[in-house]
Amino acid sequence: MRSRLLLVHLLVTSLFIVLLGRLWQVQVVDFDRYARAATEDHVRHVVIPAVRGRIVDDRGRPLVRNRTAMTVSVDLSTLSRQPDEGREVLRRLSGLLRVPQEEIARRARLCGPKVGRPCWPGSPYQPIPVAEGVDERTAMQIVERPEDFPGVVAELQPVREYPNGRLAAHVLGYLAPEDRAVVGRDGLEAAYEADLRGTPGSRDLVVDSAGHVLRTLAEQPPTPGATLVTSLDVKVQKAAERALRRAVEAARKRGRVADQAAAVVMEARTGRIVAMANLPSYDPSVWVGGIDPADYARLTSQKRGSPLLSRAVQGQWPPGSTWKVTSTAAAVRYGYRLRGTYDCPGTYRVGDRDFRNYRAVDHGRIDLHRALVVSCDTVFYKFAYDMWLRRPGKKHPMLSMAKAFGFGRKTGVDLPGEAPGHLPDRAWDWPGEAANFSIGQGEILVTPLQLATAYAALANGGTLFSPRVGKALVGADGRVLRKITPPVAGRLPVGAKTLAYTRKALADVPKSGTAAGAFAGFPLDRHPVAGKTGTAEVFGQQDTSWFASFDKRYVVVVMVAQGGNGGETAAPAAREIWSHLYGVSKR
Amino acid sequence: MRRLRALDWRLGVPAVALCVTGVLLVWSSTRARVPEDPQAFLRRQALNVAVGLVVMVVVASRDHWTLRAWTVPVYAAGCLGLLAVLTPLGKTVNGSQSWLGLGPLQVQPSEIAKLALVFGLAAVLGDGEAERRPEAVRVPAALGVAAVPLGLVMLQPDLGTALIMAATALGVLVVAEVRWRWIGLLVAAGVAAAALAWWLDLLKPHQVQRLLVFADPAADPQGAGYNAVQALVTIGSGGLFGRGLFHGDQTGGRFVPEQHTDFILTVAGEELGFVGAAGILVLLWCVLWRALHVAGRAASPYGRLVAAGIAGWLTVQAAVNVGMVVGLAPIVGVPLPFVSYGGSSVVTCLAAVGVLMSIGASSEIFPSGRFSGTARGGTNDLPTFGGA
Repeated sequence: MRSRLLLVHLLVTSLFIVLLGRLWQVQVVDFDRYARAATEDHVRHVVIPAVRGRIVDDRGRPLVRNRTAMTVSVDLSTLSRQPDEGREVLRRLSGLLRVPQEEIARRARLCGPKVGRPCWPGSPYQPIPVAEGVDERTAMQIVERPEDFPGVVAELQPVREYPNGRLAAHVLGYLAPEDRAVVGRDGLEAAYEADLRGTPGSRDLVVDSAGHVLRTLAEQPPTPGATLVTSLDVKVQKAAERALRRAVEAARKRGRVADQAAAVVMEARTGRIVAMANLPSYDPSVWVGGIDPADYARLTSQKRGSPLLSRAVQGQWPPGSTWKVTSTAAAVRYGYRLRGTYDCPGTYRVGDRDFRNYRAVDHGRIDLHRALVVSCDTVFYKFAYDMWLRRPGKKHPMLSMAKAFGFGRKTGVDLPGEAPGHLPDRAWDWPGEAANFSIGQGEILVTPLQLATAYAALANGGTLFSPRVGKALVGADGRVLRKITPPVAGRLPVGAKTLAYTRKALADVPKSGTAAGAFAGFPLDRHPVAGKTGTAEVFGQQDTSWFASFDKRYVVVVMVAQGGNGGETAAPAAREIWSHLYGVSKR
Repeated sequence: MRRLRALDWRLGVPAVALCVTGVLLVWSSTRARVPEDPQAFLRRQALNVAVGLVVMVVVASRDHWTLRAWTVPVYAAGCLGLLAVLTPLGKTVNGSQSWLGLGPLQVQPSEIAKLALVFGLAAVLGDGEAERRPEAVRVPAALGVAAVPLGLVMLQPDLGTALIMAATALGVLVVAEVRWRWIGLLVAAGVAAAALAWWLDLLKPHQVQRLLVFADPAADPQGAGYNAVQALVTIGSGGLFGRGLFHGDQTGGRFVPEQHTDFILTVAGEELGFVGAAGILVLLWCVLWRALHVAGRAASPYGRLVAAGIAGWLTVQAAVNVGMVVGLAPIVGVPLPFVSYGGSSVVTCLAAVGVLMSIGASSEIFPSGRFSGTARGGTNDLPTFGGA
């Protein structure tokens, strides 16, 4: 009898020893593993995004700033834990926000190889914004009924605001969600991403099983991003965009296509960009809060002129007669007398083909000054042909000079996606190629920005800058974190006399040359603006209209693609910009 | 004087310690449950313990022949209670109909039925003269006595309680010196019945789920395996010394469902650590050790079987509860004796302690003198009380 009780005793004791052993295993041996699992359970690591730095103009006027918007986001991991994978929650949310349910679902889905925009390219563990600028009353309903909206968050978040609308849209760029955060994807937003972004903070929150926050465990405040001070001038930018718009409208009235245009205003002595205008343009606020699919299609559609492209840095065209500045420099450097006189016949035979002046006009024997003012082509044909004949199979001096002016490579401007332009890279078999090259035709492509830096070098005595839009980065406390100076990219291998001669010649273009019409009534005596028109032929399209102008302080380059004659379309736009720069009232 | 002497401190101290720990753990795990009254569960459980202590003292102060006289009413009350829950009077919670609403009171008759079962079995098997074995005819009679409450509990269905009742009955049969071959036959029949139930799909879906999840807790961590995984994580995160009472974030965040009742040990595990959880096990073991000691010294076969039955019941229930919390047993809803929230459970457990005290006190009034707590002696040496 006792033996059976003893058996029970032993059984009970061994059972408890087994249980104690298991407790030891779970709580002491495997403690680390379970402690980590528990932390994952009840601690939420929340990233507090840093407020992005502003972008301001030269005088501190805001180009891009932040405003707070009530943002509604959904947390996919919480939604997926719902019995119906959150469909009911999205349906309720759709009713509250008055947005179709499919639209919310599309914004809240993850991007993938087969999932196109709208979709979420970021982390699936981060709340995905589905609506911005929600009014307070709607947001309160979400905040006050967490049981109806599990996984839905409504909170104030900073979003980008553009006080000047679409002004300088291409230069400023835009933000788009990427990986874990919203980052700059174009323009200054992308170029200065690291400075503007700031350092995000974080907060460790203890939550209960329903996701309610019980308390804060640890907090690391964010460091706001630096303010980017640019050399842009809002007023000049406005004037440049207005001038460009008017020039395009006027050209269209004259029957031109005028489908693309760009204007660059640069400080000649520093390489800083004062204004950069592009057409077609768009309103950057379409990117705020996730871009609408229709808007995205419109921005990237070629038929609509791809308005996302910044023509001033990403577009390239043959430069036409604005190129003669380099050809003149090359000829003088090669040995032609700066103050000599040369024949300007109506046509000039190069090899086996006749090359004609504009309208085949014969100007007789003229000096280089006049050749530039009236834009004589045949003088340059002869230079190019002679050089080609004397140095057969070798690199043409005009090509070397073009390279020295910075063409055929990126200027290194602080804007992304810059086009390098194009220069022929082989010796010419046919002298006609050299002749075409001398007047900025044929196998040459330049960006408006490249032409502006080249003319700035001409204006400032030979210093080629790598232009900059950014001027300084200023911390939230007002301290200057970094000064930005346009670096010197090279020196023109051109004598001061040649540059001075060229400048003087180009000063007569608005007075009595090809831009005289456009500058009629402009006080050139007080503000001696010099410039050169360009009318570049493009196969199968209307001519590209150029005007590259400068004085001691500024360079203004205007380009209107399919705009016709340089003096007729681009020069008036440049004049309007100059008028604004010097406060000259209109005609 | 006799009453005070009956209150065996070696039973009372660990039992009360367990109850007090239970009250604290219930408080900690329910503070967030009723935000406008964080002490609601604390007060109710304290009241439950108070009622249980009164019942314990009252029961302990009766001698165990009085208890013998209560057997039939207790057994009948237990079975009637179980019958009543199956009527529309019963309430369904977590898939089984096990609650009885008596006005403001919520009673779980299956808790009382466990004690009733022990009383019934002891009465049948321990009523003979103090001989070595009960007569053969008493075994089927005992099985009949066990079958009634067991069957009624199965009908709820409350698999956990049924399992504990079956194990308790088995324990009483073992201690009653029923031949091993009978016991072997019974175990084999039980296993066959379980296999048949599985084979014929007699189990409810949630029961099947629990068993499948026990085989592989990671199979469905958000669904049926959630409880098992969360319980392990919560208890494991306590470490050696725990996070301190009221400082467990898993407990405070209510990650473990049913934490104040069946999963109360997870609160101890997280907040009091291994030291606290193991302490509860040691206290339980103290009660059980003393219960078996009382069984060994009981003045009558009836007393011995009641004490051993109570010990068997509490052992199996504690082992199943702790086993499911630490992932050694499938999740069946049984409370941790003395500790879990619930009036029926606490009062029944304390009443059982009272019964143990009463039996122990009776053996002291009529000490055998020769009993030394080991297997040396035999009941044959004890004076017989059959005619008393």
